[in-house]
Amino acid sequence: MKVNTMAEMMASGTMPEYLFWVGCAGSFDQRAQKITKAFSLILDKVGISYAILGKEEACTGDPARRAGNEFLFQMMAYQNIQVMNAYGVKKIITTCPHCFNTIKNEYPELGGNYEVIHHTTLLQSLINEGKIILKEGGAFKGKKISYHDSCYLGRANNIYEAPRKVLEILDAELIEMKRCRSNGLCCGAGGAQMFKEEEPGTTRINIERAEEAVATGAQIIASACPFCNTMLTDGIKNKEKENEMAVLDIAELIAESMA
Amino acid sequence: MEMLAPLIFLALLATAGFLFYKKASLIKKTILLGKSEIQYEQPAHRWKQVLLLAFGQKKMFKNPLVAFLHLIIYAGFIIINVEVLEIVIDGITGKHRVFLPYIGSFYTYFINVFEILAFGVTVVCVIFLVRRNVLYIKRLSSNDLAGWPKTDANLILVVEIVLMSLFFLMNGADQALQNLQVAHYAPTGSFIVSSMLVPSLSQLSADTLLLIERSAWWLHIIGILAFLNYLPYSKHLHIILAFPSAYFSSLEPAGKMKNMPSVQNEVLYAVDPSKAPTDATPPATFGAKDIFDLNWKSLMEAYSCTECGRCSAACPATTTGKLLSPRKIMMATRDRLEEVAQNINKNTNFIDDQKTLLHNYISVEELRACTTCNACVEACPVSLSPLDIIMELRRSLIMEESNAPSEWNNTFSNIENNFAPWKFSPEDRENWAKEI
Repeated sequence: MKVNTMAEMMASGTMPEYLFWVGCAGSFDQRAQKITKAFSLILDKVGISYAILGKEEACTGDPARRAGNEFLFQMMAYQNIQVMNAYGVKKIITTCPHCFNTIKNEYPELGGNYEVIHHTTLLQSLINEGKIILKEGGAFKGKKISYHDSCYLGRANNIYEAPRKVLEILDAELIEMKRCRSNGLCCGAGGAQMFKEEEPGTTRINIERAEEAVATGAQIIASACPFCNTMLTDGIKNKEKENEMAVLDIAELIAESMA
Repeated sequence: MEMLAPLIFLALLATAGFLFYKKASLIKKTILLGKSEIQYEQPAHRWKQVLLLAFGQKKMFKNPLVAFLHLIIYAGFIIINVEVLEIVIDGITGKHRVFLPYIGSFYTYFINVFEILAFGVTVVCVIFLVRRNVLYIKRLSSNDLAGWPKTDANLILVVEIVLMSLFFLMNGADQALQNLQVAHYAPTGSFIVSSMLVPSLSQLSADTLLLIERSAWWLHIIGILAFLNYLPYSKHLHIILAFPSAYFSSLEPAGKMKNMPSVQNEVLYAVDPSKAPTDATPPATFGAKDIFDLNWKSLMEAYSCTECGRCSAACPATTTGKLLSPRKIMMATRDRLEEVAQNINKNTNFIDDQKTLLHNYISVEELRACTTCNACVEACPVSLSPLDIIMELRRSLIMEESNAPSEWNNTFSNIENNFAPWKFSPEDRENWAKEI
């Protein structure tokens, strides 16, 4: 399977329907790379026309802005918007809620106007259109799955249903955690916390969330954000439950179940 | 005495009104010390928020039982005010139960509604006192409230119970006086709650009853006027400011951070100097170090916060024992505002007191603990935003003081040089694609 870059597409005189914004975690983090690969496999199978920016993609500036470094954010935003506007990008899909939020909500007033779609929303519409067909008796049939709401998808952008609707087709048993949807508990990574040691406290946020996840008795914690994925995986290891439960992105669950 | 009473009443009313006006003006002036970057667009949508969040208390109903109890006090407060209107007219005109001759038998019906509500308010206030002082509900007994805030909360509940009791006593004594056919006390019919006091009150002489009825009447209205003047010093100010706060609450996706056009332009001029106007002056400050640098919406929200603590109960940092508590952010902002207000009141203009909201009231450790998850804004019944204040202070910390943990400095330099928060070569960004 070949993943094209926008530069390659342009050189061959074609333009893809979507830019797949991979994001830094999806590009470099070994765990998140698996999510990226799973999602591009789905796109490929369904026959969606897309390309990535490759080396021309840069951090959206989300962690810099939320840490308080507006200069760095503006630099990154300027650079990214220049690149995307030069390619005439219209639609963007991304597997990262932080990239999603920044490009969708914060780039427009800086001159970057695109239709931005989170991968869970795209997966939901592909399912609705009948374009995603699953194997008979899929690997997750009857399994207990609990979905962890990403703050930047849920509270930040009011996307609560799409990921749940996608999970429904797995024919699994969906269990909610004690704090879910608009009351969902953060994984602890947002606001640039991912990139520094947590402040002193009585426990870590990801451990607190992992405890709630463990309490559901689910075998799979479904995530929709690479950072939530990392935080929850660490939390579950801390609870020594890594052999009983796995944290998997919704794209991975679908990719593995597709016919 | 009959001539004197209305005069005394008018003097009291005028004094209470004047004092309230004076304090309210000072608060307004203090709030407007903030920056004026308020959004007024979509008024229809904003009025809808006022209806849903403030009038309708929609978000309170995330916890239906507490919402119901709060609704009783709220409905009681609004509806019993109709009776206060009559009391005020009585006070000014020297009449007694001025509405009675006009509406006849409906009068009993109205007072019964007020009494049922007043009884409900009394019961709920007792329940709320128990929740705060006996059951120790976590968000109502945390360290944020140590000292004055705890007293403030209890005082409000006790005063409401006292006011309601005076209302019952006044009505009970009135009915006992009616039974004795004392002049001025026209028959009103029996009132549903206060009639229960009549048997014991009827043991007393007419003179004693008159003294009780008049004392209860005066104490009740003086209590209300005093309470009005207590509001601006108390967390209870939310009964007024919740409405404008709901109106001005953000209509944009919660994840969107406020843009800084000044920095946007700085960056633009740096990469494309031809775009820079010749008279471009860099902004004086970045982010907020003190209340003057915050938007006035944030300052109003600090006065609007009633310290219920739903934000902190939902905050991932607070609940995992970090120093940060979003409720404390609001309280600290109001404390600083009060200090600045007193400073201005004393010196006409603000005289530098060598203090700032950042550092003196809100510490670096608190600010660093925020995950920007928006749980606080979501949890707040009127969508106040501690997050806005936190982010503006963070901006000041980084851009004015270069005050960042070393890990963040590394992250910044990675983003700047490698275009990712980690130290990977930008050349490797698409390596994953070769592995499929």
